[in-house]
Amino acid sequence: MIEIEDVSFARQGTPVLQDISLSIPAGGVTALVGPNGAGKSTLLSLMARLLPLETGRISIAGKSVAHTRSDALARTVAILRQDTLVSSRLRVGELVGFGRFPHSRGRLTDEDRHLIDDALREFDLTGMADRFVETLSGGQRQRAMVAMAYCQGCDCMLLDEPLNNLDMFYARELMRILRDLADRQGKTIVIVLHDINHAATYADRIVALRDGRLVSFDRTDQVLVPERLEQIFGYRMEIATVDGQPVVLHHR
Amino acid sequence: MWTPEASIPGDSGATKSPSPMWGGVRGGGMRPQRGPLTSATALRPFAGSLAVLAALAVASLFVGVGTLNPGALVSDPDAVALMFASRLPRTLAAILAGSGLAIGGLVMQTLARNRFVEPTTAGTAQGAALGILIVTILAPGASILVKTVVASIAALGATSVFLSLAHRLPPTQPFLVPLFGLIYGGVVGAAVTYIAWQADLLQLVEVWIHNGEFSGILRGRYELLWIALAFVALALWVADRLTIVSLGRETSIGLGIDYARMLQLGLVIVSVISALTVVVVGIIPFVGLVVPALVSRIVGDNLRQTIPLVAISGATLVLGCDIIGRLLRFPYEVPVGTVLGVVGALAFLAVLHLRPRHG
Repeated sequence: MIEIEDVSFARQGTPVLQDISLSIPAGGVTALVGPNGAGKSTLLSLMARLLPLETGRISIAGKSVAHTRSDALARTVAILRQDTLVSSRLRVGELVGFGRFPHSRGRLTDEDRHLIDDALREFDLTGMADRFVETLSGGQRQRAMVAMAYCQGCDCMLLDEPLNNLDMFYARELMRILRDLADRQGKTIVIVLHDINHAATYADRIVALRDGRLVSFDRTDQVLVPERLEQIFGYRMEIATVDGQPVVLHHR
Repeated sequence: MWTPEASIPGDSGATKSPSPMWGGVRGGGMRPQRGPLTSATALRPFAGSLAVLAALAVASLFVGVGTLNPGALVSDPDAVALMFASRLPRTLAAILAGSGLAIGGLVMQTLARNRFVEPTTAGTAQGAALGILIVTILAPGASILVKTVVASIAALGATSVFLSLAHRLPPTQPFLVPLFGLIYGGVVGAAVTYIAWQADLLQLVEVWIHNGEFSGILRGRYELLWIALAFVALALWVADRLTIVSLGRETSIGLGIDYARMLQLGLVIVSVISALTVVVVGIIPFVGLVVPALVSRIVGDNLRQTIPLVAISGATLVLGCDIIGRLLRFPYEVPVGTVLGVVGALAFLAVLHLRPRHG
């Protein structure tokens, strides 16, 4: 689904990513993890065409990110970044509806309206569809943004640290929805995560970066061993097992 | 007496075949169901403000130094001449300039992602003034069209510099952008004053450019403002894309919008509208600031719905202030820019202190 070949990226002469090559298969949740400054967000931004590709190639569903029209890519891949929406006086329903823009170009069909209602329901936003985005809490706003990305109806979704503004309840809720989308609708979801335990619980695969290099790309249970975590994060952490699930005791 | 039944054609003896559409309305009295995305809520203020504007326009036609009453228009050729040479052009100019200024402000606020900037304070109008000044010095005999083109280019340059610098300011500090805009506009304005002083053109700048007014508007001297209306229409045509641009660069790209190109298009809209109004009537403050902000408070930021309302409200504000200016010390006139300085400041205080609607 997502092919990354020999991708390097430098910012003002300092290498941020070096020779990244990996192939993420279609379907399932892939977590991008690594310490601060590892290049996770940069890699995601390159996949999302938010940064220009300098060297190497990236393609999503066979479409080259560098050479495909942006509006065509918008029907294949939806992205969610930490945009500041604080003062927007769009209504939640309108915001989610803009997810249909790549398909409808602003003229909503009945099918679009159906999909918007569907997205509002999926993310528990139906009751606030008529409220202005600026009146929502940080967590509600984040859910509205994810709902807009979902409403775009793409097979592939790229999310950059979507749990940042969320409390534990909504963080868990969002991860469960994403897991459900991957299972039920076969979506390919790539998500930058800070908390390795969210990756442990919800991701099928983990891509680990450190200092701009790919450290490991493997099934989640293969990555969750003390040696490899030390290699990624730079310190030894214990892994407990609760109900057969690995739990990384990274805070001790 | 009027009854609902009397308005139904099928019930009157004159019409033999009632239309089926009426039957449906009569039976249930049901409105079609509307989702949250239709503009039912935006239509009511739209119709209301259009009615106010129409009333003001009629009033404007009959307010002025020369007496003119509606009856004279059929009999007196002088009255007809006054109407078509002065009153109608002046009324149209106020409407066109007002709607253009308000839309220019709205688009600029969208591009800067900040509600407290507008073209007349953040350098666009000062850039246009600089353009006019340069043409006046280098080619004194240039036509008004040449002046407009040069003013547009200068406004575009000044606004581009403002926007590229404003985008580097942290979005967490919303008051930095307008403060920076005020200083930047002040610096460009000071350059205009300095050059005008050196070239002995201070009167042109102070009287003609810096205090917008409509008393000099006659047939043949305002028609360029129709181009501003064309740019208002252009803004409405790309309204959805502008709304997406207001969500930020990354969301725009994610939705397949060419963000850089939309910024450029928005800049052209802001600059051309500002330049046209500065060339024809001079700088009129506050309209681009308070009208979009008040409309946003009431109906929100979905530009497809707000652009018609902002345009009509801007026209109403400018025309209303022009009429006040004509009446305050009749038969003398107070420039519309001065009236707006007072009215606009009060409206701005209202924007700051009124609680926004929570939808």
